[in-house]
Amino acid sequence: MRRVTNIDNNRSQQPIIEIKDLVKTFHPKSGEVKALDGINLSVNQGDIYGIIGMSGAGKSTLVRCINLLEKPSSGHIFIDGQDISTLTEKELRITRYSVGMIFQQFNLLMQRTAEKNILFPLEIAGVDKETAKKRTSELLELVSLPDKAKAYPTQLSGGQMQRIAIARALANNPKILLCDEATSALDPSTTRSILNLLKEINRKLGITIVIITHEMSVVEEICSHVAIIDESKIAEYGRVEDIFRNPKTEIAKKMIYSERELSPVAMGKNLYRIVFDEKSSSDSVIAKMILETKAMVNIIYADMKNIEGFTYGQMVIQLPEDELSASRAINYLRSHQITVEEVGSNVG
Amino acid sequence: MWDSAMTTLIIQGTFETLYMTIASTFLAYVIGLPMGVLLVTSDSEGIVPMKLSNKVLNIIVNITRSIPFLILLIAVIPLTRLITGTSIGSTATIVPLVIAAAPFVARLVESSIKEVDQGIIEASLSMGASPIQIVTKVMIPEAKPSLIIGAAIATTTILGYSAMAGIVGGGGLGDIAIRFGYYRYETGVMVVTVILLVLVVQIFQEAGMKIAQKQDRRK
Repeated sequence: MRRVTNIDNNRSQQPIIEIKDLVKTFHPKSGEVKALDGINLSVNQGDIYGIIGMSGAGKSTLVRCINLLEKPSSGHIFIDGQDISTLTEKELRITRYSVGMIFQQFNLLMQRTAEKNILFPLEIAGVDKETAKKRTSELLELVSLPDKAKAYPTQLSGGQMQRIAIARALANNPKILLCDEATSALDPSTTRSILNLLKEINRKLGITIVIITHEMSVVEEICSHVAIIDESKIAEYGRVEDIFRNPKTEIAKKMIYSERELSPVAMGKNLYRIVFDEKSSSDSVIAKMILETKAMVNIIYADMKNIEGFTYGQMVIQLPEDELSASRAINYLRSHQITVEEVGSNVG
Repeated sequence: MWDSAMTTLIIQGTFETLYMTIASTFLAYVIGLPMGVLLVTSDSEGIVPMKLSNKVLNIIVNITRSIPFLILLIAVIPLTRLITGTSIGSTATIVPLVIAAAPFVARLVESSIKEVDQGIIEASLSMGASPIQIVTKVMIPEAKPSLIIGAAIATTTILGYSAMAGIVGGGGLGDIAIRFGYYRYETGVMVVTVILLVLVVQIFQEAGMKIAQKQDRRK
């Protein structure tokens, strides 16, 4: 939390990435597909910004628009205040040196060693051999794989390949690192180590990171901000704590709670979702509520998380049929600044 | 019938065949490699889409490839004379061989380069690589093993074509086989030339595969 506050204070006026009214339409033979429809998004220097959505929501197209791998149909992308859609091909290539990107499938050059892969963007940028060589060994050090310098990608594990890809993406000292489903091909423990590496890069080098993912756990683990994209539009965005604590849109709720869907058998009447912030959860509010209101509460399910240093969580409880004690319980919770909302027939 | 003169002739024929094959393959690549690269890059999904150029190139390649070599061989005689000053002998044969082989090479190169993972191209673009850098630093090096196998196939195919040129006095082993083996019923000569041709093809094929395998870092 301290880190985010610091960055808030130091925040420059101008966002490092600004997306304005972005529309991207594809024209396959079967008609027209609107992949992105009026996207507006600002990412500030030092953010780790998660963009999450179901598959087909348009998130990969969105990240590809940030470095113009996809040309927007309309709208503008500003990198550091510069509208990149107005750049010439050559200027765009130079801008791309400062926007690194990593991918789900790593996309390493298979005929080059790890070391030569990291050297590749430096060759492209025309960095002299001496400097490039030095930079390469620094980067191998940074991703903790100096002993794999001479290994070819097929001799590396998935996690190691992604580390080399990260080193390669950082070679030209970018200000921004775009991650397109960078951990989706990795197992959970490797995912964690890659996310930790990204966190470290963000903290040490101050690089702004944009992460595309379909996994809420990735956002939870690492992001400071999140935008939820649904049906080609941004449904909701903001700080991760805020969105997790109080998702407003259906899709946000679905994304946050989907992994923990309730079975229909457990569903009943008088179900309420209560959302804690860091104070309430550590304060045994439920126990006190039961004692004070004498309401019989049935805990259907509970889940606590630690996000950006906050412990908070949510719980679905069943209150008594008796309206009086139910409303007493609700009032008790509300008086303790806890969000309470009735859950319909469907939690998602 | 089998004397030292015949031996000399066959040795000379072997060298002529090798000369035609290697020179034609080389020149076919000088033309076909850029054509193959252009076929990929100018494609509507390629890194520098050029619809018209791509279409024209495809038509040229398809037309040239659909003309039977024997007919092409005769049809280009005026051009052959213009370039080499003669229409017989191994140097003259190089002209039709190159014309026939270049589009074939272009297709081989095209299919090799298309094997390069699109993700790698995309990653290179994201790093700010120019189209030339992508061709020289990504497409060709990444497709190298496949390109080498393609070159072995091209060489052996050109070798086969070169033997056909014997019909119009093209020189080489094919020429000897036709003159002695076919017109004069000297079966022994025919058998020897065939064995030699098979050997040369085997050597090229094996060498190509070995080099490709050694160069391939994907396994």
